[in-house]
Amino acid sequence: MSDQLYQDRIVALAKAKTGAGKLAAPTKSARRENPLCGDRVTIDVRLDGQGRIAEIAHQVRGCLLCQASASALSSIAVGRDAAGIAAVRRDAERAIGREEGEAAEPFSAFAPVAAHKARQECVLLPFEALKEALS
Amino acid sequence: MSFDVGAVRGQFPILSEIIDGKPVHYLDNGASAQTPIAVLDAVRTYETTGRANVLRGVHRLAERATEAYENARAEVATFLGVPAMEIVFTGGCTAAINLVAYSYGSLLKPGDRILLSELEHHSNIVPWQLLRSRAGIEIDMIPVTVDGRIDLEKLPGLLTPRTKFISLAHVSNVTGALVDVGAVVTAAKTVGAKVMLDGAQKVPHGPIDLPSLGVDFYVFAGHKAYGPNGIGVLWAKAELLDAMPPFMGGGSMIGRVTFAETTWAPPPRRFEAGTPPIGPAIGLGAACKWMRALDWTGAHAHEMTMVQHLMDGLQKIDGARLFGPAGLQNRYPVVSFLLDGVHPHDVAQTLDSFGVAVRAGHHCAQPLMDRFDLDGTTRVSMAPYNNGSDIDALLTGVRHAARTLR
Repeated sequence: MSDQLYQDRIVALAKAKTGAGKLAAPTKSARRENPLCGDRVTIDVRLDGQGRIAEIAHQVRGCLLCQASASALSSIAVGRDAAGIAAVRRDAERAIGREEGEAAEPFSAFAPVAAHKARQECVLLPFEALKEALS
Repeated sequence: MSFDVGAVRGQFPILSEIIDGKPVHYLDNGASAQTPIAVLDAVRTYETTGRANVLRGVHRLAERATEAYENARAEVATFLGVPAMEIVFTGGCTAAINLVAYSYGSLLKPGDRILLSELEHHSNIVPWQLLRSRAGIEIDMIPVTVDGRIDLEKLPGLLTPRTKFISLAHVSNVTGALVDVGAVVTAAKTVGAKVMLDGAQKVPHGPIDLPSLGVDFYVFAGHKAYGPNGIGVLWAKAELLDAMPPFMGGGSMIGRVTFAETTWAPPPRRFEAGTPPIGPAIGLGAACKWMRALDWTGAHAHEMTMVQHLMDGLQKIDGARLFGPAGLQNRYPVVSFLLDGVHPHDVAQTLDSFGVAVRAGHHCAQPLMDRFDLDGTTRVSMAPYNNGSDIDALLTGVRHAARTLR
């Protein structure tokens, strides 16, 4: 049930607000919305010469799960390119039960979301925005 | 005699369900209301003793089905105080608005203006935008006041000689505010505009005397009014329906078909192409009959007592704020609120763990959310079968969310 959904690790990730804000001079930005619930995520990235993320920031107008996911993603995005972020997304999808296997930190925190199908897109929305920013 | 909530609750089987060890505290009636035994029985009777297509068959099952379908039309008409032949069954409230926007809209000319409000449901915005794309009409918008009512003081200034149609929510699906229909109709008459009300959130709170309202069109949904899914109603004055071309073509809506030319059946048949949703219509007829038998004076007082209970409880929770009218006047039991620092979806998810069903988000009213720069609200929408225990469970859940999620 929902009490288990909002475990301390997820709440802590959301409260950490890692990467929350805007970049002064982003290389790219992208905004994605979930039309069903209205969650909105904007991601700014500054890329190095090899297409790797040198800096990342996000603005989330959305629920705690979306905030926690954006925070977790920002905590491990620096140094990764589009393929690296795709690998992290697979980890998130493992956490929420969409992929086989065990998820690693920090996305293992999202395991309770596996039981809440309607909320899984909340976790994936920051990945959608970052994917677009890196495309 | 006071309103007997227990007797009403006893007619709704789902309210005695235990789900994951918790009773059902159903406060999402604005999205879909629950269904009483009388409606379930009417649909079952049709499906088991009279299931057939309507209008064309000569066998006895077809005759039973046709009689039941037309009786349902008469029940809906009685509920609204209008002639049965002015009732058009549609697939839902959205379908009814689209029918009007398409059909009546086709009678409008480029440059004619439609007047909506800032708090409309998307279903009363998008069909008009489609018409604008198709036919070059213009859309104007009445703003809302800070307490979530349509600001009718702005109405006269928005009317022009080209304003042909005003379409407003009778009751807001977000704030519960009741629009002052008399003021709208009076203003509309100054420019000869037609008035349509979206009654989706009003009809579930009792019979309506449409002739006394003075509007031209009225629409509502069956599933929000204790009826089945897949059924809605359009009412319009006979002379308006007569003037309107068909929305969809097919069986039943024709007079005579040749490859050279087809003529239309008179209303309401003209707007009921194909096999209609017969069982749902029969269920809706039963729902209207059930509503007519309810003590609405008592029910409304009971609903407002719950609204007050909810408002009082929220006031005691740090960071909880109402969005919408703060009083009980000219409102219905739809109450939106915000909890500072907690997203509405997280409030709603937490409430689910207490067995409480509410809706959270933009409520298909994104322009209203934009106006107040909101991500969404948590919405509590009540029906006569709700009770103080439902509100208490909700307040317990909100307090829990406030304690744990920020």
